[in-house]
Amino acid sequence: MKLIQKLGLVLFLGGLLAFTIIPFLGSYQLSEEIVLSQTKEIHQESMNEILNPLYGKTYQTNFTFIAELKGKIEAYNQELKDKQEWDQVIWDDYTFPLTKASVQSPVKSQPLLFLFLSIGLVVLGGLLYNIPKHQGEPEGIKNNGIFHSKMKNRGWLGMITGTYLILFYIILYWFPAYMVNAVWMVNPLSLLLSGNPASQWFLYGFIYTLAILVMGIRMFRKYRGNKYQQLRTASVMFFQTAFAFLIPEILVLLNQPYYDFKNIWPLDYDFFYDYQISTFLSNGGVGMFMLIWGILLIIIAVPLFTYFYGKRWYCSWVCGCGGLAETVGDPYRQLSDKSIKAWNIERYLIHGVLVLAVVMTLVTIANYFSSFSFLGNVTNQLHSFYGFAIGSAFAGVVGTGFYPFMGNRVWCRFGCPLAAYLGMVQRFKSRFRITTNGGQCISCGNCSTYCEMGIDVRWYAQRGQNIVRSSCVGCGVCSAVCPRGVLKLENGPEEGRINENPILIGNDSIKVNA
Amino acid sequence: MSQARHIVIIGNGISGITCARHLRKLDSDVKITVISGESKYFFSRTALMYVYMGHMKFKQTQPYENWFWEKNRIDLIEGWVKQIDFKSKALLFTNGDSLSYDQLVIATGSKPNKFGWPGQDLANVQGLYSKQDLELMEKTTEKGVSHAVIVGGGLIGIEMAEMLAYKKISVTFLVREAGFWNNVLPKEESELVGRHIREHHFDLRLNAELAEIIGDQNGKVKAVKTKEGELIDCQFVGLTAGVSPNIDFLKNSELELKRGVLVDQYFRTNMPDVFAIGDCAEFREVPGKDRKNIEQVWYTGRMHGETLAHNLIIKPVPYTPGVWFNSAKFLDIEYQTYGTVPANCENDDVINFYWEHRSGKVAFRMLMDQEKKILGVNNFGFRLKHEFFDKAISQGWTGEKVMAHLSKANFDPEFYAPYINEIQKVYKDQFGGEFTPSKKSFIQKLLGARI
Repeated sequence: MKLIQKLGLVLFLGGLLAFTIIPFLGSYQLSEEIVLSQTKEIHQESMNEILNPLYGKTYQTNFTFIAELKGKIEAYNQELKDKQEWDQVIWDDYTFPLTKASVQSPVKSQPLLFLFLSIGLVVLGGLLYNIPKHQGEPEGIKNNGIFHSKMKNRGWLGMITGTYLILFYIILYWFPAYMVNAVWMVNPLSLLLSGNPASQWFLYGFIYTLAILVMGIRMFRKYRGNKYQQLRTASVMFFQTAFAFLIPEILVLLNQPYYDFKNIWPLDYDFFYDYQISTFLSNGGVGMFMLIWGILLIIIAVPLFTYFYGKRWYCSWVCGCGGLAETVGDPYRQLSDKSIKAWNIERYLIHGVLVLAVVMTLVTIANYFSSFSFLGNVTNQLHSFYGFAIGSAFAGVVGTGFYPFMGNRVWCRFGCPLAAYLGMVQRFKSRFRITTNGGQCISCGNCSTYCEMGIDVRWYAQRGQNIVRSSCVGCGVCSAVCPRGVLKLENGPEEGRINENPILIGNDSIKVNA
Repeated sequence: MSQARHIVIIGNGISGITCARHLRKLDSDVKITVISGESKYFFSRTALMYVYMGHMKFKQTQPYENWFWEKNRIDLIEGWVKQIDFKSKALLFTNGDSLSYDQLVIATGSKPNKFGWPGQDLANVQGLYSKQDLELMEKTTEKGVSHAVIVGGGLIGIEMAEMLAYKKISVTFLVREAGFWNNVLPKEESELVGRHIREHHFDLRLNAELAEIIGDQNGKVKAVKTKEGELIDCQFVGLTAGVSPNIDFLKNSELELKRGVLVDQYFRTNMPDVFAIGDCAEFREVPGKDRKNIEQVWYTGRMHGETLAHNLIIKPVPYTPGVWFNSAKFLDIEYQTYGTVPANCENDDVINFYWEHRSGKVAFRMLMDQEKKILGVNNFGFRLKHEFFDKAISQGWTGEKVMAHLSKANFDPEFYAPYINEIQKVYKDQFGGEFTPSKKSFIQKLLGARI
């Protein structure tokens, strides 16, 4: 390792350490002004009363403060629940905004300094580590040492990384009040972009985008000489930065609804939720455009582009989840399970999620048009179940946290309902396929090993069969790592695309159906 | 009803396993047993280097999951056959077991050549062919090896060099010939590979021959001596001067052997119901023009296996290989060949077209006969379609026709540099012809594709 890379690693780890410590800095003081400014008008009076005992006290840790805060509100609610006074209960969760407003910390007073010391150093370290990679080496992909790595082969480093990611997601989704300091760090940036103070989602989007950018640069180094990989990586970097991160924030700055123009239902599962629809409908031409655009993506763009190019146009060129998987997740792609057993689980699970998403959406729409008289309660419960189990737990915690355990496409392979939809089009009505080069396969298994979707590519390649699989996201890595030039991602006529009984050429003695 | 016929295959490499799989495909009753002492389950021998370099786990070199064999009722026996009793049709194993067969297929592959060099059996001196070789190499190079010498410049040699480089072991390459793999590659291609080897900082010595391997007091290699008298200190020696049939256990039996097990065009040996396929088989007559008596590549092994399975179940047909093809990867440079391109192709009988990219890493050669009909191609650093050249060569297309359709032969990933256009242009400049070289596509122009 070069000196500069070692320095990069030190900076990266230092930044990560800072990022981990930052949430624990400072103290917490609640005041009447804070409560009044952070709660809805209807709750102000009662909240002021409930939280009065906390006023003026200084809490040295977020644990004691949040425990006290939650304890008071829960006790109040419990009393009402016992008395069956449901309409009096405070259902809104004020933990995050109250904690965020109550913190007194150096991070809050000097956010940019701490931003630099944590995320800044991580990014800088990541760049210093990745940019010099493979310098002075001839072009070519080297997967050297991957299965000897403690990080990339479920060793202790991988376990720690996975655990860290899982904890991060759990805190982000369900306990964001514990990371208010980190949210304060990006507050100036949020104010600059959208004019609004930062939420935990802004922090997440910011980290997510930077992660894709830094690890995208790693991809440029690793796959140098491979134009397909370079372009694809540039594409996901662009779509994440512009479409997923900047444009929605700028829209907010311009008093328009927050909208990611490349997010498609049913991945974007709340697209048809009533609050979304009313946002679209109450924002004039722009809102209407967004609604129509979103629907056109579902009914026109998905089938059309998938017909011409396969689902890769979305999954490995545009999608944000795909973007993270293809950059941050790339070092873990070899950990996907290639067994038939995994394939069977995959098919039930991913189509099960699709069915769930469709049913939930149909109920939502029916409910909307019946003015919330139809299954109103069921809709809410479906929403909260889906949001918890699929939206947060599956897509987030498992989807990313499991990179070091099960590979980088766990969500895309087993859970994403949009991938299931794109996959059905790809399987049954598309020009996309991976072709194999006659009899040139030597069954070495590099293709299968590095398939992030767990497709046993070799099974097809060694019998000269085209690979037409609904799960293939067209990342092109099988083709890139093939030592004999056997695999090629192609769009072509539908005729002969699926060749169930391929013939291996080269042997004139007999016609061999492999 | 008589008991099902029992076909026993010795060796679970690509030949034996292909034979077994096709036997089962063609006949659901026949009893099939595959014997191997090397490993219980079939693995891809060509992937051993990737295991060493941490690209793959050994398990991932196995093309079929373990349940596959039971499901297809292919019995696997782990063991080494010591002796064959051809009279009573029985195999004797080294552990004392025996097994009877109705028909026997010998598919025992190759072993690395050792040409009787002094010191060739010292510790830390080895070839690379089997799983055991890999395990040995992993063990011996784990520590205490800083420099290695590889003897012989072929495909396994360059793989071994790449493997050692992964462990940061420097390598001296002793190649007897004047160019790397120049008994197969024409001069320009051989030089192209040679340059690339040096680009990777390997010490490639051409015209250098091994005289002696010198051991220390513990019987471990400490240096090699070349014929010119130079001493090269090293702690590991790779012997990669080719392979020869692995048939030692058959010597002094009734089976007729030469370098390999002698077979006819139906893979029949001189003993009834005994067949040989793959690397260990030696054809009494070459199976086709420009073919060799012993075919030692993955693809021919596979074809032997599938043909013999057909012969045993359906009806005997002579082995008739089609247009030759092969491929390899020299460090970062991929190589494919279709048809016949001999090393000494610079002669008056054939017409040569050779194009090399200015990077010196991408090249294309097409050989034509006097009537300008295509004989074969070599391509380096880019990918060409097997099907295209199989057709062009077997149908005797002219070079001009090949060039006119060359864009259909492209097998490079999308967005790659359009080398084909350049090749067509250069061909037209040299030989003329009624075709228009392809132009850059809109996307290629948009992305600024350059050659």
